[in-house]
Order: sequence, then C-alpha cells, then structure tokens
Amino acid sequence: MHWSEYLLPLAEGAWVTVQLTVYSTILGGVLAFVFGIGKLSSNMAIKSVSVGYIELFRGTSLLVQLFWLYFALPLAGMAIGIDLRLPPVVAGVLALGLNIGAYGAEVVRGAIQSVHQNQREAARALNFTPRQTLFNIVIPQAIPEMMPSFGNLAVQNLKDTALVSLISLGDLTFRAEQIRNFTQDSTTIYTLLLLMYFGMALVVTVVMHLIERFAGRWRMVGS
Amino acid sequence: MTDAIIRFDKVVKRFGDLTVLDELDFEVKKGEKVSIIGPSGSGKSTVLRILMTLEGIDGGVVHVDGEPLWHELREGSLLPASEAHLRRMRSKLGMVFQQFNLFPHMTVMRNITEAPVKVLGLGKKEAQLRAEELLDLVGLADQAKKFPHQLSGGQQQRVGIARALAMRPSILLFDEPTSALDPELVGEVLTVIGRLAEEHDLTMLLVTHEMRFAREISDRVCFFDRGQIREEGTPDELFTDPSEERTREFLKAILD
Ligand SMILES: Nc1ncnc2c1ncn2[C@@H]1O[C@H](COP(=O)(O)OP(=O)(O)OP(=O)(O)O)[C@@H](O)[C@H]1O
Ligand SMILES: [Mg+2]
Repeated sequence: MHWSEYLLPLAEGAWVTVQLTVYSTILGGVLAFVFGIGKLSSNMAIKSVSVGYIELFRGTSLLVQLFWLYFALPLAGMAIGIDLRLPPVVAGVLALGLNIGAYGAEVVRGAIQSVHQNQREAARALNFTPRQTLFNIVIPQAIPEMMPSFGNLAVQNLKDTALVSLISLGDLTFRAEQIRNFTQDSTTIYTLLLLMYFGMALVVTVVMHLIERFAGRWRMVGS
Repeated sequence: MTDAIIRFDKVVKRFGDLTVLDELDFEVKKGEKVSIIGPSGSGKSTVLRILMTLEGIDGGVVHVDGEPLWHELREGSLLPASEAHLRRMRSKLGMVFQQFNLFPHMTVMRNITEAPVKVLGLGKKEAQLRAEELLDLVGLADQAKKFPHQLSGGQQQRVGIARALAMRPSILLFDEPTSALDPELVGEVLTVIGRLAEEHDLTMLLVTHEMRFAREISDRVCFFDRGQIREEGTPDELFTDPSEERTREFLKAILD
C-alpha cells in the first residue's frame, strides 16, 4: 500500500475530527457563557449548579467523562427503564463540549470580573437594569479579554478529540490506527497524523484570532 | 425646608470602622448650584455616591424631591428601599465621573443614546436628535462617530456630561470632573459646566478643587471636613471671610 493511499481514509477521519471539534467547541462556548455568568449570579441555586458543573468537569478526566457517557449512562438508564444509549458522535461531542465548557466558564467569569467597576457604576447611574448592564456594557468589553484563552481551549479541544477513537468513533486518530494495524507503517502514518493535527490547529488558531479581532474591533478604530 | 430637593437628615456612612459621614445634615434647594470643597477623605465623593445610589447608608434618611431615597414608606414605617424604588428615584439624578467612565466599546453617539433608548424607551431617531443637540451644547457636534479612546480627556468628559444630560435628570452631580485632566484641558470642561449652571434650572452639586470656578458658578459653597459640613455660605462669605480656622487653613493651603 503506497502512502498516498492512506490519504483518503485519513481525510475521512480528519473530517470527523473537524466536525467533532466545531460542534463541541460551539457547545463548550455556550456552556462557558451560561455557567460562567451563572457562577457570578446572586441567586444561590444558579450559583451552586454552576460551581458544581465547573468543579465536576474540571476535577475529572475527559476520558472518564467520555466512558461514563458512552458506557455507564446507558446502563444507568436501563436500570431506570430509559434508553440512554448515545451514538458515539453524540457522546463524543457531549463529553468534549461539557469538558471544555467547564474550563471556558472560568475564563468567562474571570473576563467579566476584570471589567472595571466604574463601568458598572456608570451603567447604574444611567439606570440600566443589572441584566442590561451585563449584556450591553460588561460582556461586550469582556469578550475580547476572553478570546486568547478561548483560542487555547479550542486548540486543546481539537487535540482532545483524539480520545474519542477509544469509543470507536472514526476520527483521524482512529483511522490512523486502523491503517497502521493493517500496514505496520508506523513512521509514515504517525508523521502524517502529526502534520494533519498541526495543520488543523493552525486553522483553529487563525479562526479564533479573526473572531478576537472582530469582537474587539472598536479597540482598533483610528489607531 | 419645603423647597429642598436634596436633604440629608443625620446621615451616617461607615466603611468598616471608619465613619465617613457622621450624622451629616445637608440641604440643597431646587435649582441651586452648590459646590463642595474640602480635604481628601472628608467624604465629598461619598455624599454624591449615596445620592447616585452607588453607596448605601448606615443611619439617618436622605430625601430627594420630598421622598426618602434609601427608604420606602410602607404601612407607616420606613423600610429599606426596594430596587424598584431606587430605580424610580435614580431617574431624577445624573452623575459626571472623575474618570469619565464612558463605555469604550460604543461610539460617542451610542454612549449618549444607549440609556435613553434602553432605559427610557425612546425611539432611536428621537434619541439621536436629542444626542445631537447635546453634543452641540458641549461643543462636540462633529465627534459623534468617534470612539472614546479617539478623544482627548476634555472631550471625553464633555461626552460624559452630554450622556448624563440625555437622561434629563433634575439633579446633576459632578465628582471632581476636571481632576483627571491635563491642565490645558480643564478650561473647556469648566466652560461647559458654567454654561449649564447659567442657562438651566438644573440643580447642580459639584465636588471640586477648582476654587475660582466654584466661586464663579456657585450659589453656595460647603466646606466638608471629617464627614460633616464645617462651614457653608455664599462664595463671597466663604472665600473672602471664612469664620472657621479649619476653612482658613484649607483655603490657604489650596490657593497657594
Ligand atoms: N469603598 C470603600 N471602602 C472603604 N473605604 C472607603 C470606600 N470608599 C471611600 N472610602 C473611604 O472613605 C473616606 C471618604 O472617602 P471619599 O471618597 O468620600 O473622600 P473625598 O472627600 O471624596 O476625598 P478625595 O478628595 O480624595 O476624593 C476616605 O477615607 C476613603 O478612603
Ligand atoms: Mg472624591
């Protein structure tokens, strides 16, 4: 088998990896905002749930979370008579998104808190509601602060997708393993794997940079 | 007493062990322009921040427009104010901050229109017309599209004044509006404040270290010292012939 024949199956795997990364990063982003804001809530119930989620998913490994969702959840569901079997893609996206969301929530919380207190005071003096203050004044200023960390988390997330090959999802790593088992051509396969992940990470970095510039475009006007 | 738009009645404010306002009694009449002067830490900003509902009180009652600010009269007793009450009271006041506190992610126009649209429910067009008038008033008619960081400090502060006026407050609070400015930019801001004082029936409360300006525009000057009004009077009385030793010392130190 010539090495160029590896490319098609690898590309198929890469496509799965891309989808996993995109979906789980979006899910993680949404969760990050929901629970990052939730952690700052004055409502104790919301705050507790947010802290609970963040600590649970940061305090356990992604692998365990993935196995739990894929292997343990269906059994738990069976015990109470509900079908909780998840397709591998769903389990993968959920585990990755929940995991990255917990780290992202801390980034969101930190960025929101870093907005200067005098902005909140100005908003209060103008009689904005707390909700308007958060969404119109504080968060737009916090987003550019979050973006570098979000960029790192997105790259981290891309690399973490390799773990889903362990629940037989045909991602890039899984396909590479398949070909390697068949051809024993470890050097070529792993080199290609390395390059492909690196290429994808570059794309993720560039995309996050563009989002960062867009979110903070007011900072660059006229300078 | 009846025409007092602001009345502090034995107001106490503490930060931990530090008593910043010590049973302060203080009144401002409708339309009056009052300057507050005094040494650092004497509680000048605290008075304004309490009025703007940025800071609560630990004792006494603050009245604004005949109603308690931090309390609500319910079933015959004074209870701590609800957020709804504070919102209603807050709409009577506006504040100009020492550090301007403009919203950096919004253009000058949006800085001025955002609250009228979102809080007062004004139409966008109407809010923009009002903003244009105000920008004209503060001499920045051509800067509407800029962002705060593209303006000088003096221009930013004038936007701050326009932003506060856009909410049509009946009381405007200024906390050292020129202290953060380079000396050559102080004049343009004072000119705007002076014009407001002359042409509008706005009640103005101004904390300042600009003694000459305070003297020009004020109906009354209050000298604050350790959380109380040590001395007050017309600018002429207070600046030319203060009766208290502390006032004399303070004026001497600052005018030199
Ligand atoms: N949030 C706070 N926490 C603790 N202490 C505070 C706080 N705000 C003000 N203080 C203290 O209260 C005192 C009065 O403060 P205030 O800001 O009213 O003084 P000021 O007269 O405006 O002084 P300056 O001329 O320096 O602005 C000061 O000793 C200050 O350190
Ligand atoms: Mg002060």
